[in-house]
Amino acid sequence: MTQLAKTPVLLQRRVMNALFQAVCGLCAILAILILGYVLWFLLSQGITYFKPSFFTNLPDNVNPALGGIKHSIIGSLNLLGIALCISLPIGILSGVYQAESSGKLSHVVRFLTDVLNGIPSIVVGLFVYAIWILPYALKHPGQGYSGIAGGTALGIMMIPLVMRTTDEMLRLVPQSLWDASLALGTPRWRTMLLIVLPAARNGIVTGVMLALARVSGETAPLLFTVLGNEFLGPITGPTDALPLRLYKYATSSDPVQNSMAWSTALTLLLIILILSILARFLTRAGKRI
Amino acid sequence: MQTVPCVTVKNVSFWYGINQALFDINMVIPQHAVTAFIGPSGCGKSTFLRCINRMNDRIDGAKMTGTIQLNDQDIRDRTVSVEALRRTVGMVFQKPVPFPMSIYDNIAFGPRTHRLASGRMLDELVEKCLTDAALWDEVKDKLKSSAMALSGGQQQRLCIARTLSVSPDVILMDEPCSALDPNSTHRIEELITRLKTDYTVIIVTHNLQQAKRISDVTGFFLRGELVEFGPSETVFTTPRRTETDDYINGRFG
Repeated sequence: MTQLAKTPVLLQRRVMNALFQAVCGLCAILAILILGYVLWFLLSQGITYFKPSFFTNLPDNVNPALGGIKHSIIGSLNLLGIALCISLPIGILSGVYQAESSGKLSHVVRFLTDVLNGIPSIVVGLFVYAIWILPYALKHPGQGYSGIAGGTALGIMMIPLVMRTTDEMLRLVPQSLWDASLALGTPRWRTMLLIVLPAARNGIVTGVMLALARVSGETAPLLFTVLGNEFLGPITGPTDALPLRLYKYATSSDPVQNSMAWSTALTLLLIILILSILARFLTRAGKRI
Repeated sequence: MQTVPCVTVKNVSFWYGINQALFDINMVIPQHAVTAFIGPSGCGKSTFLRCINRMNDRIDGAKMTGTIQLNDQDIRDRTVSVEALRRTVGMVFQKPVPFPMSIYDNIAFGPRTHRLASGRMLDELVEKCLTDAALWDEVKDKLKSSAMALSGGQQQRLCIARTLSVSPDVILMDEPCSALDPNSTHRIEELITRLKTDYTVIIVTHNLQQAKRISDVTGFFLRGELVEFGPSETVFTTPRRTETDDYINGRFG
């Protein structure tokens, strides 16, 4: 029984253990507190104008309190749709390439995508502005800004994120699963498509949702590309988006619009939440087992 | 015992980068028999097994010299497709690896890949494979449920059924029972004994008793060399080399 007695060394260990547990716990609580405070603040400030007309009306210059952000919501969803259409095929396919090739080129591609990932979002906006909108506007004065250009800018930002996540998730798929499929005489492409990609699907979907959530709040790349709009226009012309609307209302001199900025932020948050839940639901329903 | 050669191995050496794993292996593996490879860990028996269906092709820096012939056809000939080879030479691994899909889809995956059957025919093929692998009675009512929910022993029999589904000639087994309990092991051994009437079975095992029980021919590997190869009775009772004698009597390994 002597080994089990509480010696001073053991006591010291217990104290250290308790100390570290307390510090880690406190930090975890702090992190959650900050998030909780942001959410609570958004809710308390944004709830004022959070009513049906806010989602179904356009901005009202006569009576701002009756105005809404319908066009911004539709605009944002369109932009995200375009960004997905661009980044999903390029990001996932290049992620597959990254995971499967070990040549020099794949190292170069990986390094360059990391660089692309680190480029400030406003630079991406300027880039699309310089190579797309400006040349067009010079030929057709007064035109050039479009939702398609904005969606492309967001898509460019998503590509490295989607690619990285695909690459990493594919690498997590155990070699044994590869072997089992290849040993049946399954060609490599079919193994990738039917065995490995489905096995990595949940991780890839999570990564794509995170990327989507990140770009959905981007304002900088939109400033130069979609311009913003007070009306619901076609996607080929100036388009409004939630972050732009938020920025506009937050810097407005009208206290009603200041307050609506919070409601806009809350809407943005809710859209991301709904998209995430939807994505989870879809991947679960799509599972064959 | 009638000995029609199935796999003929001539002067096979193998390297992982600069490390040589196999040294000049020569043997003739008979058709419709169970051939067992025994030897201590790291002796090259699994590496050799994976040469027979070219599973080592994917490993960076792996190099093989010599020839392996399957029914007089060099498996590394330029005209041989590796997919066709692996269909002919199936493989069962140490750890059962069911695909994350239903039991039915697991078995149907290979036939669908090679367009062997569809519809009714596929249903019948799935039933036949599961029956041959002694699993049908346990899973016939839950073919649509996930294969991941099966027990370890059932999963391994599922993997054997999956291997049978593309109608191979040769089945390679890399320690198929080492992750299973004695009861499941017994069932798989029975299965292997039954399989040899239709297939050529080559099995790597750490279990000497198992090799003795089920194999017709035994090869003993040591440090990358094939030390002894012959009828199991001879190898286990009157081995020619002292190393073999020491190993099978538990004096090392």
